[in-house]
Amino acid sequence: MTVKVSMTVNGKAVSAEVEERTLLVNYIRENLRLTGTHVGCDTAQCGACTVHMDGRAIKSCNIVAMQAEGADILTIEGVAKPDGTLNTMQEAFREHHALQCGFCTPGMVLSAMDLVKNFPDPSEREIREQLDGNLCRCTGYHNIVKAIKAAAATMRG
Amino acid sequence: MYSFNYARVKSVAEAAAALAKGEDVKLLAGGQSLIATMKLRLSKPSDLIDLGTVAELRGIKVEGGTVTIGAMMRHAEVAASAEVKKAIPALAALAGSIADRQIRNMGTIGGSVAHNDPSADYPAALVGLGATVQTNKRKIAADDFFKGMFETALQAGEIITAVSFPAPKRAAYMKFKNPASRYAIVGVFVAETAAGVRVAVTGAAPGVFRVPEMEKALAAKFAPESVANIKIPDKGLNSDIHAKADYRAHLVTVMAKRAVEAALRG
Ligand SMILES: Cc1cc2nc3c(=O)[nH]c(=O)nc-3n(C[C@H](O)[C@H](O)[C@H](O)COP(=O)(O)OP(=O)(O)OC[C@H]3O[C@@H](n4cnc5c(N)ncnc54)[C@H](O)[C@@H]3O)c2cc1C
Ligand code: FES
Ligand code: FES
Repeated sequence: MTVKVSMTVNGKAVSAEVEERTLLVNYIRENLRLTGTHVGCDTAQCGACTVHMDGRAIKSCNIVAMQAEGADILTIEGVAKPDGTLNTMQEAFREHHALQCGFCTPGMVLSAMDLVKNFPDPSEREIREQLDGNLCRCTGYHNIVKAIKAAAATMRG
Repeated sequence: MYSFNYARVKSVAEAAAALAKGEDVKLLAGGQSLIATMKLRLSKPSDLIDLGTVAELRGIKVEGGTVTIGAMMRHAEVAASAEVKKAIPALAALAGSIADRQIRNMGTIGGSVAHNDPSADYPAALVGLGATVQTNKRKIAADDFFKGMFETALQAGEIITAVSFPAPKRAAYMKFKNPASRYAIVGVFVAETAAGVRVAVTGAAPGVFRVPEMEKALAAKFAPESVANIKIPDKGLNSDIHAKADYRAHLVTVMAKRAVEAALRG
């Protein structure tokens, strides 16, 4: 059986006929062809599939697309300005060399944006604790933590 | 995942009517446990009834020293709630220690309590504070609600609508967590309440349980040394790759002691 699902993704209204069991991440990657949202573990552990749903970071591999019916979804493709200018968090990741292979990065950036919204002036400890839903196999986290601290400072102005 | 039918409802009454249509109709809250088990094909519901749009299941109320939390309140919302932080800081802290940010942004108190994972955190708070589970049919005391691994007193067609927690004089929760999932290897909730001292343990056994010997000792003197030498037997405790039963038994004493220390710090 199929159902019609409709939502806003990166500011654009989208809808499709999908199987009820379609995961949000599969809808995003396969129907919308937005492949910046990655699947690392497919078991809600690694955070590579993180997107924002109505402003909250969630793991898109652990909900069905229908749970996002009517919601406002932000994926990594919608984070930079349309002209390609990076947002503050992306720019801080670039500046502080917070990525190596880049596989975890889309999820890290979206998770970090949610983190800074809730902890505008996070300590290193808070960053490490609040980022524990995102795994990185390359960087050892040091530069990711630095980047988030720097981005938070820029955002506070 | 096996295929299923999906429906959204607007009220508890509508959800109850949908549940009555078949044995394999299941409620969907945040989906953080249910979707994961369905992906593993451990669960095969015919229909999912999504409670995500039921407004009456949301909200936090504080009245006469009781904090009532709607079933669809997410862990992140409970953790950030100024009312919960003020009335029962240990409960807000517990909610903030569940899983990770993203899971806390989806997972709900109703879903966690109904699921009753043996390593889940909320069951310790419900039993530790002497909470009451409200359903569309009745009120159930936490002591009577949890029935061991993934089992509860909920009957077919019964929907959790809210959980009420009496504010204690002081309380704290300490968990020794699995570093990967953040689930409790052992978690101990200690509370000094109007109805006496309560000590509830999660993670250690197939279901949450109280430790009467510790409660008695703490009632006589609410201090860490009162529990420091109380050992619980390891018979019947969980034993797995994360921790053997004797280690879990040891952790119960250590976490209880730390919880009392934290409760006294306030
Ligand atoms: C990676 C990961 C780590 C986690 N770590 C922890 C942790 O550290 N501590 C912890 O406690 N939990 C942890 N969890 C579980 C998490 O807290 C879940 O959110 C929670 O157990 C279930 O809540 P839910 O709202 O997602 O429920 P769902 O998954 O939607 O539902 C769970 C069950 O409850 C039933 N149900 C839902 N709502 C109701 C209701 N109102 N009335 C009756 N039945 C209902 C459903 O039918 C289903 O059977 C973790 C989960 C994941 C994926
Ligand atoms: S792919 Fe979703 S958390 Fe790893
Ligand atoms: S940069 Fe490679 S996984 Fe994080």
